[in-house]
Amino acid sequence: MRRLTPYLLALPSWMWLAIFLVVPMVAMASVSLQTGNAYDGYAMTFSFSNYGEALGRYSTQLLRSLLYGGLATVAMLLIGYPVAYWIAFRGGDRKSMYLFLLLLPFFVSFVLRTISWNFLLADNGILFGTLKGWGLLPESFHVLATTLAVVGGLTYNFLPFMILPVYVALERVDPRVVEAAQDLYATRAGAFRRVVLPLSLPGVFAGVLMTFVPATADPINAQILGGTGNTMIGNNIQTEYLVNLNYPTASALSFTLMAVLLVGIFAYARALGTENVLEAAAR
Amino acid sequence: MTSGERGRLGDRLLHAYTWLVIVWLSAPIAVMILFGFNDKQSKSNTSWQGFTLRWYAELFEISDLTVALRNSLVIALVSTVITVVLGTMLGLSLGRHRFRGKGVTNFLVFAAISTPELVMGASLLSLFVSGNVPRDANTIIVSHVLFSLSFVVVTVRARIVTLDPSLEEAARDLGATAWGTFRQVTLPSIMPAVMAGAMLSFALSIDDYVVTSFVNGSTVTFPLWIVGAVKTGIPPQVNVMGTLIFCVGVLIAVANAVVARRRA
Repeated sequence: MRRLTPYLLALPSWMWLAIFLVVPMVAMASVSLQTGNAYDGYAMTFSFSNYGEALGRYSTQLLRSLLYGGLATVAMLLIGYPVAYWIAFRGGDRKSMYLFLLLLPFFVSFVLRTISWNFLLADNGILFGTLKGWGLLPESFHVLATTLAVVGGLTYNFLPFMILPVYVALERVDPRVVEAAQDLYATRAGAFRRVVLPLSLPGVFAGVLMTFVPATADPINAQILGGTGNTMIGNNIQTEYLVNLNYPTASALSFTLMAVLLVGIFAYARALGTENVLEAAAR
Repeated sequence: MTSGERGRLGDRLLHAYTWLVIVWLSAPIAVMILFGFNDKQSKSNTSWQGFTLRWYAELFEISDLTVALRNSLVIALVSTVITVVLGTMLGLSLGRHRFRGKGVTNFLVFAAISTPELVMGASLLSLFVSGNVPRDANTIIVSHVLFSLSFVVVTVRARIVTLDPSLEEAARDLGATAWGTFRQVTLPSIMPAVMAGAMLSFALSIDDYVVTSFVNGSTVTFPLWIVGAVKTGIPPQVNVMGTLIFCVGVLIAVANAVVARRRA
């Protein structure tokens, strides 16, 4: 009985993960190789033409998503690192308060947060409408429906996921190591570049992983903040599935997205060095 | 300027900068709360037209919005209960035992966290379409359990591995049954993690748009209703509901922190 305990404890979750995670992936792979239409049904033909069609039709949006996701991730790193640094080294006994304040947006639904931005940035809304009224902005000025609005929205929505892992890594850096570097005549900048920064890289790695994947695959920001010229791959997948009912193309598109993201992650892991990756994964 | 002075100046600038980021992150929350009090006359709720409490009084006037909110709450509650039971069991198993298939299990837990929501939603729809499963609240619950499960597992496992197993052994030596040991020794000590996991899965569920949009059928949840209303204009009632959810969430988090501090 005691030897069976771990299996019995794991069994319900295994079944859940097998039926609703593994099987659907297989189902999606199978659908992506079928041909047919929503009315006559689909038949398995092992045709890879769906992939060709998906890529042919949506390569622009796929590349745009990777670009927007990448830009937002870089922006999050540049904006978030100094914040994480300051809280970790100078936050004193108020560290948890600062972290709590940074996490406040999570108490408001993702969709509502994004709509609030739509609101704030509206062409004649409280911000730009007022500035235009004062004559500080030209009448034609707008941010909504631009690349800036979508990348800005992504940056805003996922920023805490960048700050937290970087903070955790920096918090672990022993301040005495930094003092030692300075005692050995390193400048402040030198100590940062050669001691603190390398020690924080696992956190940066985790932060990039936690933000790049969801930002690239996010349909909400492009839908609410972007215009017709900023659609991302997530919007296309949703439309193909839910509006066009074109399941084979939609499945092929989803698989392509996942494959591209996986390849990206591995390439990035190689570039950073496998040791760092294993270390980051172990944490 | 000496190096020390420059350092202090840098610290001050970084301090101000940190607050700037906090203000930026909170700006849309402030807007949401403010426009729940807006006495708007026109159809759109985008410019300030005076203070009113009308929308708080008429909170449940839009019946399909009320239904959507109720759906979201019920779905979040049911999926949280299922997730916490399954996740705690698996967390215990992974944290306390060695067994065959542990590596695969860890991989599955990781895969469930790292699969993009969009791909998860799409693949679940593929499954339900292939199996002719009608999409309704049940398929939403099933999907929400799937994406929350790993978070509970990871939280509970992290807590278990820090506990001293000799406590449980002592209870067994003193004649406690396996169930008694679990209920009186193990469960109380992992309770903070179980509660944290429960709050996390409730929050994930009530907030979800992407996965739900694939598997909802004709059932509408709060986030789905809001996105559907973007084109016609978001009614102030949505702001009020958002504000109330925000306040309850913050209160629970603060109460939790206070209790944890007192216990420490």
